[in-house]
Amino acid sequence: MAEARVYITLKEGILDPQGKTVLRALKSLGYDEVEDLRVGKYMELKLKGDDKAALESRLGEMSEKLLANPIIEDYRMEVEV
Amino acid sequence: MRFGVVVFPGANCDHDCHYVLDTVLGQDVGYVWHGTTSVSGYDCLVLPGGFAYGDYLRTGAIARFSPVMKAVEKFADDGGYVLGICNGFQILCEAGLLPGAMMRNTGLKFICKFVDIRVETTSTPWTSAAAKGEVLSIPIAHNEGNYQVDTMTLEDMKRHGQVVFRYCSPDGALRSESNPNGATEAIAGVCNREGNVLGMMPHPERASEAELGSSDGLVVWRSLLAHCGATV
Repeated sequence: MAEARVYITLKEGILDPQGKTVLRALKSLGYDEVEDLRVGKYMELKLKGDDKAALESRLGEMSEKLLANPIIEDYRMEVEV
Repeated sequence: MRFGVVVFPGANCDHDCHYVLDTVLGQDVGYVWHGTTSVSGYDCLVLPGGFAYGDYLRTGAIARFSPVMKAVEKFADDGGYVLGICNGFQILCEAGLLPGAMMRNTGLKFICKFVDIRVETTSTPWTSAAAKGEVLSIPIAHNEGNYQVDTMTLEDMKRHGQVVFRYCSPDGALRSESNPNGATEAIAGVCNREGNVLGMMPHPERASEAELGSSDGLVVWRSLLAHCGATV
């Protein structure tokens, strides 16, 4: 059994209305040091198998096919066998 | 003409589309269940608005893999007419049948109101009965209508007349305040290069009878019917 994490973030240049709103909220709470904030998605998966390279390849496929939309999002992943 | 209204779990405008096609326009129309793998016998498929599969993950992301969608893709590739309205538009983008992707509205609010949209081209089967620059009053109802597309793709779309509708002021001018959701270049509707697939965020089926405040949406249906030589 392997554990995997997928981080999905908006591509650079794509406006993030949600991130902007959270940023404004932080600033209104006095956290003036916050320069920028973007909201993404985090997923935890349990995967059958212990071949790390094979699992990474499959997870990359899943990410491109369904978990992320490559037009607006990037992803990165971690697989722990 | 025979129309099929695709029913996804969570669709909520399927009956409205069926009613307009059947009762208002007198067309032959049936429902197409999302689990079916055949769409033979139809001339036009309508992907209606709603919240297919709860809009989980991203709007349209799960619906795009429902069994019927393989058949819809084949149908579109073979030149069949496909209209995606609101959630249907989002599904067509996720399926890659239309370019671009949807983001949350810039104001982060679900917006349900009449908007004005400008007809950008009359060279599509969906707008052939409209006038170029004509302003249509049609309601929107969405949380994710902020259409995004990269610059290169957009330039290519413009060259091929794929930008079909833009949000505008009542006088037809493009102003920032007339763009309700932050969509790139105020885009409200796009088609594929061949023109047989149209996606639009506004709901023409909600503006197909004067009693409901506007019948401007009729031009979309009527254009297609005229294009296909069907009688109304």
